[in-house]
Amino acid sequence: MNRILFTTLSLAALAAITGCMSPPQDLDLALTRPSIDSKYLVTLQPPARPAAINQLHAWQLRVATPAGKPVTQARIQVDGGMPQHGHGLPTRPRVTRELPDGGYLIEGMKFSMTGWWEIKLAIDGPAGADRVTFNTVVAEPGLGR
Amino acid sequence: MKPLTDPANHSEETTMQRFQSMVWMLGSAAAALFGALTVTLADAGEQPPAAAPMRWSADERAVLASLSLKRLAPVPADPSNAVERQGAAIGFGRRLFEDVRLSRNGAVSCATCHDPARQFQDGLPVSRGVGTGSRRAMPIVGAGHATWLFWDGRKDSLWSQALGPLEDAVEHGTNRTRVAQRVAQDHRRDYEALFGALPRLDGLPGDASPKGSAAEQAAWATIDARRREEVSRVFANVGKAIAAYEKSLTHAPARLDAYIDAVLRGDAASRTLLRADEARGLRLFIGKAQCVGCHNGPLFSDQQFHNTGVPPRDAARPDRGRAAATAAVRADEFNCLGPFSDARPEQCQELRFMVSDDPALEGAFKTPGLRGVADRAPYMHAGQFTTLEQVVRHYVAAPHAALGHSELTHRHAGAAAPKHAERAPIELNDAEIADLVSFLGTLGAQSSPLPAAPSAARPDHANPLHRPGAATAGLVH
Repeated sequence: MNRILFTTLSLAALAAITGCMSPPQDLDLALTRPSIDSKYLVTLQPPARPAAINQLHAWQLRVATPAGKPVTQARIQVDGGMPQHGHGLPTRPRVTRELPDGGYLIEGMKFSMTGWWEIKLAIDGPAGADRVTFNTVVAEPGLGR
Repeated sequence: MKPLTDPANHSEETTMQRFQSMVWMLGSAAAALFGALTVTLADAGEQPPAAAPMRWSADERAVLASLSLKRLAPVPADPSNAVERQGAAIGFGRRLFEDVRLSRNGAVSCATCHDPARQFQDGLPVSRGVGTGSRRAMPIVGAGHATWLFWDGRKDSLWSQALGPLEDAVEHGTNRTRVAQRVAQDHRRDYEALFGALPRLDGLPGDASPKGSAAEQAAWATIDARRREEVSRVFANVGKAIAAYEKSLTHAPARLDAYIDAVLRGDAASRTLLRADEARGLRLFIGKAQCVGCHNGPLFSDQQFHNTGVPPRDAARPDRGRAAATAAVRADEFNCLGPFSDARPEQCQELRFMVSDDPALEGAFKTPGLRGVADRAPYMHAGQFTTLEQVVRHYVAAPHAALGHSELTHRHAGAAAPKHAERAPIELNDAEIADLVSFLGTLGAQSSPLPAAPSAARPDHANPLHRPGAATAGLVH
């Protein structure tokens, strides 16, 4: 019921539904990305149990050096929004806990509608400050898909 | 974190779900009857047969399904209100909701502005209690699904919301010592059955409150801290009972719900449930017109705050909306983290992760739900528009905001098409605007399903089940 799906396959479907609101065809949905200045390698992990629209939930984050060594005690800020709707996240998520091996818990995540969302992270660690943006497409479960 | 479902409330939710299913079945039966009536009248030559041979793609069907009332999750439990699921609280709450003695002039109750016979609103641009307010009364059904209450979200629970108008100078205009005394005099048995013995109120000033007039505030200051807390607790409990009543109100299925059901079943009966113009309007609603972007889910609201450039009612004093409300809710003694909340601090996640520093909150107001909207003029947070056509034309015109920045974009003359990373303008011609308005008429439980020419008056007189002024709500006990 109203479960959110995170899937690359839904991109084309969403384009069909929302017409002019469709995300760019070449939207990069990779969940592991180098930060803009390549200071960190960042992996974002959606919740194992998908949350419903407007349901608070948590994500996990893993920060490593480009060589793959875990980065601990980084200061991380979370921002984001829907570029095609001109609004930000409905909540102000925060890293609330550091996990083993360069892991971090992001609490307070919420998506208020289906569509293309950006999750922007500002990371300040031993190699300095850097930023990274992830794309996520939140879709209603399809019928028979 | 707040659990997805509260196992402690499982049995109550199951009961409520059963009841909602029953309401749904009754609604579906009524819709079927409407449909039968439609065919009969059409056969008699009074109306052309309804025909909306709309083909919906699998993806459109997924969006349609997401709007169905059947997809509405059980109303989430509010951990800050321990009595909200108790039947006795619902009955007590209803009596408080309708009690005009809880007002300065003895003539205003919650039901004055939230009239059960009018979808729990008053049909006025701004409400009239003991004085005149500055915003439109919001309908109450479905409010239990909202994280933030009021147009600006300055309250974080239904019970805390219910307390605001009581002490507001232009709404009920009363104060918390007066409310406590009225409860002791008029509702003692109800109150004590739910909340235990009332505190002694003798010797307290008749009219005292930390939020009232200078005289009321001065009187409040003369009361010692322990007794002030006792009075405030009685006041908070009044809100909790009212919230229990409000949370028990549910939407009856709309004609659109019956249509979506039929479409998803592949039932040809769908052709009799929506006229062609209404079906075209529905396609616009979930597509080109972008309405479903914010008016999403079974309640047609994302429950969030948006600045869409709606002109302020008073241009000299534009309403800041959400921007002025986040500090208020954080400081509110009746919030989830306050001393009168039944929640543990870790259950107050919404307050903990509330956005308060986003410039987009300036001039932003909560997305209203659209069920029953055609019977709820005037529109917007201060009744700025009198018709749904004006509302739709506003989104097409997309004017600049008087305060803050509108999220809408407009393809101004000669400007290039927007890039992908921007919101696309909403561009509709007159026929499309008319279709969209027609579609919005399908969201009312009592709206007539009889097909008529789009511009014709609604043939309500032909519908034996139509009750003028009937609420779109059923009470669940």
